[in-house]
Amino acid sequence: MNKNTFAIGGVHPHDNKISRECAIQPLPLAPTVYISVAQHIGAPSVPCVAVGDKVKVGQVIAQPGGFVSAFIHSSVSGTVKSIGPRADLAGRPATHIEIAVEGDEWAEGIDTSDTLVTTIPDDAKAIIEKIRLGGVVGLGGATFPTHVKLSPPPGSKCERVIINGCECEPYLTSDFRTLLEKGEQVVVGAALLKKAMGDVPCTIAIEENKPEAIAHIREVIAKLGYKGIEVMVMKMMYPQGGEKQLIDAVMHRQVGSGALPISVGAVVQNVATALAVYDAVQKNKPIVDNSVTVTGECFPRQANLLVRVGTPLRYIIDYLGGVPEEAAKVISGGPMMGRAVANLDAATVKGTGALLFLTEKQTRRAPESNCIRCGKCADACPMGLEPFLLNKLARAKDWDAMEQNAAQDCIECGCCLYSCPAHIPLLDNIRIGKGAVMGNIRARAAAAKAAAEAAKAAETAKK
Amino acid sequence: MSSIIIWTVAVITVLGLLLALVLYLVAKKFKVEEDPRIDEVEKVMPGANCGGCGFAGCRAFAEAAVKAPNLDNNFCPVGGNDTMAKVAAILGYEVKAKAPMVAVVRCNGTCGARPKVNEYDGYASCAVKSLLYTGDTGCSYGCLGCGDCVSACQFGALSMNPETGLPVVDETKCTACGSCVKACPRHIIEIRPQGPRGMREFVSCINKDKGPVAKKACANACIGCGICAKTCTHDAITVEGNIAYIDPAKCKLCRECEAMCPTGAIHGVNFPKPLDKDAVKERIKIRQQKAKEAAAAKVKEDKKDE
Repeated sequence: MNKNTFAIGGVHPHDNKISRECAIQPLPLAPTVYISVAQHIGAPSVPCVAVGDKVKVGQVIAQPGGFVSAFIHSSVSGTVKSIGPRADLAGRPATHIEIAVEGDEWAEGIDTSDTLVTTIPDDAKAIIEKIRLGGVVGLGGATFPTHVKLSPPPGSKCERVIINGCECEPYLTSDFRTLLEKGEQVVVGAALLKKAMGDVPCTIAIEENKPEAIAHIREVIAKLGYKGIEVMVMKMMYPQGGEKQLIDAVMHRQVGSGALPISVGAVVQNVATALAVYDAVQKNKPIVDNSVTVTGECFPRQANLLVRVGTPLRYIIDYLGGVPEEAAKVISGGPMMGRAVANLDAATVKGTGALLFLTEKQTRRAPESNCIRCGKCADACPMGLEPFLLNKLARAKDWDAMEQNAAQDCIECGCCLYSCPAHIPLLDNIRIGKGAVMGNIRARAAAAKAAAEAAKAAETAKK
Repeated sequence: MSSIIIWTVAVITVLGLLLALVLYLVAKKFKVEEDPRIDEVEKVMPGANCGGCGFAGCRAFAEAAVKAPNLDNNFCPVGGNDTMAKVAAILGYEVKAKAPMVAVVRCNGTCGARPKVNEYDGYASCAVKSLLYTGDTGCSYGCLGCGDCVSACQFGALSMNPETGLPVVDETKCTACGSCVKACPRHIIEIRPQGPRGMREFVSCINKDKGPVAKKACANACIGCGICAKTCTHDAITVEGNIAYIDPAKCKLCRECEAMCPTGAIHGVNFPKPLDKDAVKERIKIRQQKAKEAAAAKVKEDKKDE
């Protein structure tokens, strides 16, 4: 068996997929949902409903607030109770639309049946437009609006679509279950993405720890008879699901610093995104729900749930029997890149993929000691950076030197922190520096743009 | 044997003398002319190299001060007026005396007043903590309590009070260099004039949430009610974005706002006597009564005139 992986760095955390046998089951509707208007990268959406309005499932409740933005649809049917600021997972206030649930009535034109639609529309533009109208964003974690990713800038050409089924984060199993239970839909979604990018070849990348999924998807591809879609078995390695790492692993091409994947001819979409694309294009069904893994060694009822967007976390946890006593931390996402939840009253967003419960022993941080120059962090860094150096520079607040050492390329995967025997908070410090460097880069770009515009204006004034 | 020693000493000595001559000639030839006043100015500087003046260190400040046409934009907060007078004497400039400043912590969300809503067990750094989330209390504006300001202070003027969880400024050591202001990701530290004999009034809160939200997060929060601004007879208080601010230039230290503040967000420090809130409130009440009567009388008079 040919096993591929990316060339540099990476770590091998134990995969702990303890919820892999739990089939995805729908979560009963919560009495109230809170739908955030800022659940994607880019401009927040603008609410287009008013308090007191009756909404149906799948109805648009917020319009895109810019080019890089997405439609947001109601995930339930009911009455809009309020539109206002509410604390998100990190406690930061964001505008949420509160909807009191009444029944479960779907908007017109949405096909809620289970029939598989395998005919692929001919028009690539129509596919992308439907994806845009479906509010599809990248569900691998970054929540970048999919239609923007599928509209490459002029001059660049896509050569391969990669469907990311690596799920390299420990504990998470929602993508695995999706591949097993909705393999057909995912493959049709992949075919749609392939069509949208101009009939380029498509690779579905799955890590070797999911043999059932690999076999199933191969079977489905043979059954549906799509040409140009293949499964690639990947060696287990974290962070293989990272966009740039996956492109390296599949195509053996490296995306340059600050460049987009399209610059090497790749478009990467997550398995869940492929499913959302299928729903949006073939069934007219926008993103109203997503599968969430609820897991952890201390959590008695492991589950993969189909959760409506905007469901309060507390409701999900209560449904599964409440927070276990020995749990010390709840993490939204996986243990490597996920963020601790500061506020259990927060609601899920499109990108919420998992709720992970960890005990105090699992989350304990050993005291920091001095760097012993072992270089493990540099070995582990999948971006080829030198975390020990960036850490020092960040502490000295030397942002220029950080930029020279490519701190802006950090993907915050946490491999350096994971591998450091001195328990130095490498990522914590690098993240601060990365923020400052990105700010500098943006400020320079804005200044250059303003200068160019001023020059242009001066020229027209001369004429 | 002895001849070897003699030869060695002789060769090394001659070599040393020759190289010294070369060095002397090179130094003569490539001598950089530098204003001698830079050295003089540097000598009178405090030598802390803290960067509080905005330059990289005391030498950089001295160079800038010598080059500058006047001293309006160059001020050493650490040395203060004494140092600046010496610098001015060397350079022959005039210097305007600046009021001595001090760092002031504008958060009084003590552990008791501001209950925790979650536990933070990440890296103990305010910068990291503020990047991750809004903090372990309900207030998303106040002190994070990890002590970035304490480690930023080169003069040992800041310390964390374990009881309140807030930083404390030692006024005898604070030089108002501003390092803590830059270090605080929440921007709760302000450099304010020390005030006469160290007496000053300030609003010790920067929570911009609406009153009920702020109050729920912290019992000591400024709720933006505006009572202080209404009470103030010197026009020193402005309430903007749900937060009051006392202009130190206008404040006459009457302490009326402090007495009237319903949450105790206004602090007065270094006053010789403790504030007798009831007496001050009584005084304000009588004054407001009189003002009302006077206004009523005036209205009556105006009517009579008509």
